[in-house]
Amino acid sequence: MTAYLLKRLAIALVTLVLASMVVFAVLEIIPGDPARLMLGLNASAEQVELLRNQMGLDAPLATRYLHWAGGLLSLDFGRSYTYSVPVIDLVRERVVVSLPLALIALALSTVIAIPVGLFSASRRGRAGDTIAMGAAQLGVAVPNFWFALMLIYLFAVWLRLVPAGGFPGWSAGVWPALKSLVLPAIALALPQAAILARVTRSALIEVLHEDYIRTARAKGLPYRAVLWRHALRNAMIPVLTILGLQFAFLLAGTIIVENVFYLPGLGRLVFQAITQRDLIVVESVVMLLVAAVIAVNLLVDLSYAVVDPRLRSRQ
Amino acid sequence: MGLVGESGSGKSITALTVMQLLPWAARATGRVTFDGIDILAASEDQMCALRGDDIGMVFQEPMTALNPVKTIGEQVAEGIRWHTKASRSNAEDRARKMLDRVGLPSAQFPLSRYPHELSGGQRQRVVIAIACALKPKLLIADEPTTALDVVLQAQILDLLRGLVAENRMGLLLISHDLAVVTEMADRITILRHGEVMEAGDTARTLSEQLHPYTRQLAQASMHVPARASTKEIGQGKPLLQVDSVTRDYPGRRTSLLKRAAPIRAVDDVSFSIDPGQSVALVGRSGCGKSTLARMVLALDGPSSGTIRFRGEVITGKSEAELRPARRDMQVVFQDPYGSFDPRQKVEKLVAEPLHVLEKEPTSAERREMVAKALHEVGLSPRDMDKYPHEFSGGQRQRLSIARAIITRPRLVVADEPVSALDVSIRAQILDLFAELNQKLGIAYLFITHDLTVARAITDQVMVMHDGRIVERGGTSEVLDHPQSEAAKALVAAAPDLHRAIARRLQEQG
Repeated sequence: MTAYLLKRLAIALVTLVLASMVVFAVLEIIPGDPARLMLGLNASAEQVELLRNQMGLDAPLATRYLHWAGGLLSLDFGRSYTYSVPVIDLVRERVVVSLPLALIALALSTVIAIPVGLFSASRRGRAGDTIAMGAAQLGVAVPNFWFALMLIYLFAVWLRLVPAGGFPGWSAGVWPALKSLVLPAIALALPQAAILARVTRSALIEVLHEDYIRTARAKGLPYRAVLWRHALRNAMIPVLTILGLQFAFLLAGTIIVENVFYLPGLGRLVFQAITQRDLIVVESVVMLLVAAVIAVNLLVDLSYAVVDPRLRSRQ
Repeated sequence: MGLVGESGSGKSITALTVMQLLPWAARATGRVTFDGIDILAASEDQMCALRGDDIGMVFQEPMTALNPVKTIGEQVAEGIRWHTKASRSNAEDRARKMLDRVGLPSAQFPLSRYPHELSGGQRQRVVIAIACALKPKLLIADEPTTALDVVLQAQILDLLRGLVAENRMGLLLISHDLAVVTEMADRITILRHGEVMEAGDTARTLSEQLHPYTRQLAQASMHVPARASTKEIGQGKPLLQVDSVTRDYPGRRTSLLKRAAPIRAVDDVSFSIDPGQSVALVGRSGCGKSTLARMVLALDGPSSGTIRFRGEVITGKSEAELRPARRDMQVVFQDPYGSFDPRQKVEKLVAEPLHVLEKEPTSAERREMVAKALHEVGLSPRDMDKYPHEFSGGQRQRLSIARAIITRPRLVVADEPVSALDVSIRAQILDLFAELNQKLGIAYLFITHDLTVARAITDQVMVMHDGRIVERGGTSEVLDHPQSEAAKALVAAAPDLHRAIARRLQEQG
């Protein structure tokens, strides 16, 4: 068990380091000089050179990488070129919007998907299954920004239950803040839930053919109890795998959804930073997202071991 | 009560009907009455109350019958809690007692064990504990020992017999093995194509053999192919010579740097096979038989020792150097279903070994050779253009024999080649092996845990135990007068129809 944990942890760390190199290298390659951008078109070559020197842009590549990576470790992400404030301050005020949004969406998609998957698997081939899976098909096909627009139209414009966009901040109270996150979270969660429901259904159907399901039925357990107690836990491995993979898409989805709902989150921050060529912000936020995805996948790996005792004893 | 029949005769479906656990597509008609309850008319709720409480069931495949993510304690206690509404600790106490009773004492097998930590025989004991936990009135055992070796089979049958007697349960034993049923059942019902052929008292039915199908089954299960008595062999060089071969597998990793001591699967084994000789390698599952066979086939290298084939050393050679040797040795596997690619035609499948020939045959030559091989194993050359799923299990085993003999090998290694087959098919396949041995002079290395097979087809036998060959000699000598402990255990455990009938008649006077 400890060997399994250590191995997973080591893999996660190596992935993180490699990802940081890739992120750094990609942003080095793309054209555009931040110093020139900050000073405007009229600046002289000497002025640009001076600023480049001040910002440390003329140092060798490896030195700059080490400096940057070392900064990341101590949460010193550098200063934004456009806002001239520490990147960490920008991130801190945005993350309180994006993190709750992602977590609510993740929880929502799981809470929707697993019961739907159980329902469909237990009524395989019957009307209920066909309807549920038809809806899931629709959920997979429809893009989340369209969902978002439909939700705004229905709940904000027509029913006037929640605001159509914007974020009052947590200082305005928990309830108003949550209310403004409800629609974006639903828009993010539904397509994810659709995929997850399909995976849950097919994993369950496969498990239901196993011999131990028959053993459990022969004990006298009713079908529903067999489904919950014996089938679901065995079907969790593929479901967890997809959940981990989807988290990355979920984060990518926040960029779009935050823009649709005018939420001051990390997604909007990175979108604006890209258009303004604020490379240091882009680098930092992308690294943060990469770390989040790796952390979630590490958690998924660890939860495999919780679900399946065979992984615990295998080295 | 024993229910006997070949595969597809409807034995398991009968049992599942009693449990009302039929597959969705199946519909049952008629009447099944259990303790005054009409089962086919019973509601799902009524059935749930019966299943596990009044009717227990034991299945064929112990490796997959237990839920891998739940402890054995949870799985045994679950039925107890469900039916008796007992508290968790109360149910666990009863589960503990039940596991003790089936031979899984708490010292080595605490309730917190998971199924993957147990062997096949131990898992079957857990399944039996689940089925008998509430002392059902009826216990249905569907081929409970088919997947186990003979020694384990004897132990499990003994356990079932004890539990049935203790709790005065009815037992419905489903098996394809007449000897097993005779040992266990007072009454016997013989099924074929879903119809009852004959039913009655076990000893009388089998000793009188009035029904032709009963006679056919009984004869097939004791069938010994007609073979010329042991030929004078021994002159000239041996075909295969194995010299003090050992195979170690690395132990489990216990930490990042350390490993446990290596596991010795084959330990200092030496033997030789002469051209045309038929040798059996018998032993319990896990004794190293298959590892040894893989090394003989040069699919795996020994850790030490050498193997010579036709006088040439084949250990430590590259694939290219092995080509000539490969041509002269072929293999027949146990499972006739799993050993063919379902998307290829028979012509291609049977012709597979031809690529080791020095000169690739033209396609006309190839068809000719395949046709000849098919003819030799009793199939029609027209079968060449069919796919594997169009054949029955016995026919598929003929196909794998055709594939093995197409290169005219001098040695065929057969790994449990008939243990997945019904008795009458098994008799035919054993005849075929005997015939090919006579006609083509092929030497056999037969790997089996079934002594009837060894007796039927081989001249020499080697008994393997814990990686070593503990006894060897003429087949009938060793099997009639075993000397070593391992051989004695195998012989004592092997079910024998003659003996079983005799014992039953004696008991009844």
